[in-house]
Amino acid sequence: MKSRTIKVDYLARVEGEGALLVKIKGQQVSEVKLQIFEPPRFFEAFLRGRKYSEAPDITARICGICPVAYQMSACHAIEDAFGVAIPASIRALRRLLYCGEWIESHALHIYMLHAPDFLGYESAIHMAKDHPADVQRGLRLKKTGNAIVNVLGGREIHPINGRVGGFYKIPSKQELSGLVEELKWASDAAAETVRWVATFPFPDFERDYEFVALRHPDEYPFNEGRLVSNRGLDIAVRDYEQHFAEEHVAHSNALHSALKERGAYFVGPLARYNLNFDRLSPTAQEAALAAGLGKLCRNPFQGIIVRAVETLYACEEALRIITELEIPEKPFVNVEPRVGTGYGCTEAPRGILYHRYRFDDKGIIADVRIIPPTSQNLKTIEADLMHLVPANIEMQKDRLQWRCEAAVRNYDPCISCATHFLKLQYKYE
Amino acid sequence: MTSKGSRTLVIGAGNEWRGDDGAGLAVARRLRTELPSSVCVIEHSGEGASLMDSWRGDDSVTVVDAAKSGAPPGTIHRFTFPAEPLPDGIFGCSSHSFGIAEVIQIAVALHRMPRDMVLYGIEGLDFADGAHLSPAVELAVAEVADRIRRELQLKP
Repeated sequence: MKSRTIKVDYLARVEGEGALLVKIKGQQVSEVKLQIFEPPRFFEAFLRGRKYSEAPDITARICGICPVAYQMSACHAIEDAFGVAIPASIRALRRLLYCGEWIESHALHIYMLHAPDFLGYESAIHMAKDHPADVQRGLRLKKTGNAIVNVLGGREIHPINGRVGGFYKIPSKQELSGLVEELKWASDAAAETVRWVATFPFPDFERDYEFVALRHPDEYPFNEGRLVSNRGLDIAVRDYEQHFAEEHVAHSNALHSALKERGAYFVGPLARYNLNFDRLSPTAQEAALAAGLGKLCRNPFQGIIVRAVETLYACEEALRIITELEIPEKPFVNVEPRVGTGYGCTEAPRGILYHRYRFDDKGIIADVRIIPPTSQNLKTIEADLMHLVPANIEMQKDRLQWRCEAAVRNYDPCISCATHFLKLQYKYE
Repeated sequence: MTSKGSRTLVIGAGNEWRGDDGAGLAVARRLRTELPSSVCVIEHSGEGASLMDSWRGDDSVTVVDAAKSGAPPGTIHRFTFPAEPLPDGIFGCSSHSFGIAEVIQIAVALHRMPRDMVLYGIEGLDFADGAHLSPAVELAVAEVADRIRRELQLKP
């Protein structure tokens, strides 16, 4: 029987270091491994003994592309533990900061990391020669997101202005208004992005996933909501660990998450979209439908269209917030530590990011759990490849490899984020 | 940076918390007090998209970054643009974004290169966490700062 192996030693255009191994025997896939060898970073261990107020800044360092998500999940979890209520104006500013991160992260992934897969280029650099206007648009969109994070977060990468209870300093109305013109351009550019990516050739591939995302009574989710799925999950964030479990697998420095009852699940833009289409703005909904997406999309390759739709939503939402905002009188509300455990879950660009902290009466961290979106998608990514390879078994090896790599990038995996949880296990052979 | 006309920029790129990756920033810091005020000295994280935004088409730019080609630590690489093609794999790239080599290639493709550019690479030894430079890299930092000072003085 003919055996083939697809081996990609270093996955390009993903964040962090990972490799892909697919073993094929005849018409069947015998093994799929997304090998994560990005070293573990032990953030949960070295947060123990630290003060509550340090957690947003320390956890923001986990990721250079989604630091806001870490700050937000940390703040919400800590505020939950201490019973802190945040005023509407500060909540709106947090949403604005999150818009900046989505725009920045989605623009990077759409234009620099994923579009080359569909247009047949090895990298964005090669693509730039033939598609200069598109790449320029992508870079400027990313810059618009960076500008929001800069104004609200204090700097573009690893923002420092967010804190438990609010912000250290609130930008002036003028500083925020300074973002408006560029955001108007960005809204048009994002709409153009939706139209552009909709023209890409998409493989005919669908699976019956369980999608998991936050759902809020009247907003497209960033910071708050219940955790829901299309198979009946509907729980408070604090019940996350009753329904989800992490397991160690030998080939990965990242843990794999699963629903205890049903196994693999799917988080990220596609999950948010499928569970919250009715919460998108009318413009974003229209753009999605005009791009050929249904209200429900099960083709992970079309996630790039959903990212573009979410970018459009984030630009509009940022504009709305800036226009309607009343600058809070005080940048933060006071926080009194107390003994207890707090839970937070927010929608990082790549999907739900769960934090749980336990504190003593001085607000010193006794115990932490952080579960990033990528480790929640790893099982689903491997399952996609188990289905994708047999369906395309007649493809030439290099084309099949290309397709497999693109399938991994559908999830915009952030391998650096996913490697914080290893129980060290060395295997000597 | 709203002034019009050609400018002279010196950009030190890198991350001072990753050992010898801070070499470019160290050169920029040395030069900041030593160059005439007409020269704009910038310390930059090296993140691609925003690095490209720091220059304009009619600028004259010198960039200093850490390099990792396998040469002895402290080796000084020098490339000039538009004259020379950049060899692969000398300058590191961050997985979250893209490094100086990618920035230059994209800038060329998008016609976003400055009028001329000199790129210095200082070969590093240790890129582990922590704020320190290897002794050989310290020496190279001083040497590159000297060379840039002389080069800029010779320019009309």
